[in-house]
Amino acid sequence: MRNILAIAEKELRSYFASPIAYILIGLFCLLFGWFFYVYLMAFVQQSEQMMQFGGGGGANVNQMMIRGLFQNTAVIILFVMPMITMRTYSEEKRSGTVELLLTSPVTDLEIILGKFIGALALYAAMLLVTMLYMLILFKIGNPEWRPIVAGYLGLLLMGGCFLSTGLFISSLTKNQIVAGFLTFATFLMLWIINWLGESSSPTTREVLNYLSITEHFDDFAKGIIDTKNAIYYMTFILIGLFLTAKSVDSERWRG
Amino acid sequence: MIEVQHITKNYGRVTAVDDVSFRVERGEILGFLGPNGAGKTTTMRILTGYMPPTEGRAVVAGYDVFTHPIEAKRRTGYLPETPPLYPDMTTREYLDFVAKIKGVPASERKSRVETAMERTRITDMANRHCGKLSKGYRQRVGLSQALIHNPEVLILDEPTAGLDPKQIIETRDLIRSLAGDHTIVLSTHILPEVAQTCQRVVIINKGRVVAVDTPDNLTARLKGAATMYIQVDAPGADAGAALAAVRGVTRVTSADQPRTPLGPDAAPPVASGPLAFEVESEPDVDVRRDLARVVVTRGWGLLELRPVRMSLEDVFLQVTTEEVPEEAARA
Repeated sequence: MRNILAIAEKELRSYFASPIAYILIGLFCLLFGWFFYVYLMAFVQQSEQMMQFGGGGGANVNQMMIRGLFQNTAVIILFVMPMITMRTYSEEKRSGTVELLLTSPVTDLEIILGKFIGALALYAAMLLVTMLYMLILFKIGNPEWRPIVAGYLGLLLMGGCFLSTGLFISSLTKNQIVAGFLTFATFLMLWIINWLGESSSPTTREVLNYLSITEHFDDFAKGIIDTKNAIYYMTFILIGLFLTAKSVDSERWRG
Repeated sequence: MIEVQHITKNYGRVTAVDDVSFRVERGEILGFLGPNGAGKTTTMRILTGYMPPTEGRAVVAGYDVFTHPIEAKRRTGYLPETPPLYPDMTTREYLDFVAKIKGVPASERKSRVETAMERTRITDMANRHCGKLSKGYRQRVGLSQALIHNPEVLILDEPTAGLDPKQIIETRDLIRSLAGDHTIVLSTHILPEVAQTCQRVVIINKGRVVAVDTPDNLTARLKGAATMYIQVDAPGADAGAALAAVRGVTRVTSADQPRTPLGPDAAPPVASGPLAFEVESEPDVDVRRDLARVVVTRGWGLLELRPVRMSLEDVFLQVTTEEVPEEAARA
């Protein structure tokens, strides 16, 4: 555990020592803020209209605004995450520091978990900053907090899947650019895999829908924590970490 | 302390290390000598647990590096060919991180970092980022990283590469001072370094061990027959013939360097000056006493008599090139 934390701390420190962390957080907040503004304006307009025509129970912020906002955040994550993971392993391989890690009394699993937790901490920091926008919402309105927490949990889990996949891909190559691009392509595939389902048989559609990483996020965005979705994400993360472990081990044997 | 038993390492179809075995005793400094691509780095990487061997086993500090990697690694310090530094950490942060993952207890960490920096003379660079250090400092930070957990075994891959002459001397002194408490294996392609720092040498070529011995023995043994350098002052006499008549002497060659006069009107060199010979003798026969007696009984002056040693460079060239016909025969 001590080793995992030492490596996680080192990872996090290296993100903040380079411009990466600042660019990522800044960019993410900018995009999130833009979506926030657009959705807020749309919501204000809609609720005014509903007031004029005397809509039933009034407008629901959670339903009409936050849900859409979370779904769009998931899209931003798709673009941003490869930048977090692309250098984790490839840079260590290129610069030779991997020799230090692999000849230290730490296990491969400790190294991998340390790197994963470090990346997850950076991602959590990114999400944390976006909560400032949510505070504005609480200031001017009264949204329900539970669905928001569910949404953030969903984002964290989905991001974890991207990170573990990215970590695996980064462990395959010395080249950051290759790692970054492959990661992005993989995420995109996982994203659109269910588009194929539209025209195929019901069974295939079911399977493809289940595989699609965004399909499982919809419930979270609505504010529903379904164990089925949580288990999907957890399994996904574990598979990613397992593949990374295998890749590091096989690298060892091949030399 | 270190025991390497029949290690073989294949990269695909290429054999990098072929059936290498050697032992290193506690407190000893072993030099690992070989041309580029001989398998030095591969052997060291196996010893440090970076990669497993294809065949054979290695025991470091009593632990098999493959079956008990954590225990073995805890007792090993390793300086790879390129110092494994994180450019965006300062020297102190870096050493602190290394101390953590090497399992140094939190209470001792600060003092260990300071000690390691003092020993390698990098304290004045403590707050400099590793990426901004010069080659010499990077190398020394790499060395202090290997020392930080006070390991029983130190594996140093070309520890003096990239240092300036003063730093090289300091580093060699440091390495020598570490022997005794630590068991050290160091690789190098600088031959005098081995003669100066190491107690024993393993010469490796094309993945195979071609010689293991002390530097002195290697230079002596590989000369084949023993050779003496002798300088006598024997005016007007045929000293060469007299020396050749000594029992056990096989060959006498003149080793005279032409003595160039200093001024323009100095006398041309004549045979009246001291003569120098190289006397080869049968192995295992010490002819020094007889040579001296011959010279003295004839009333000549004996100016110098010493064994001629092959430099390690000659030995190295000899053993590594001797290998060629054998390789060709195998192919």
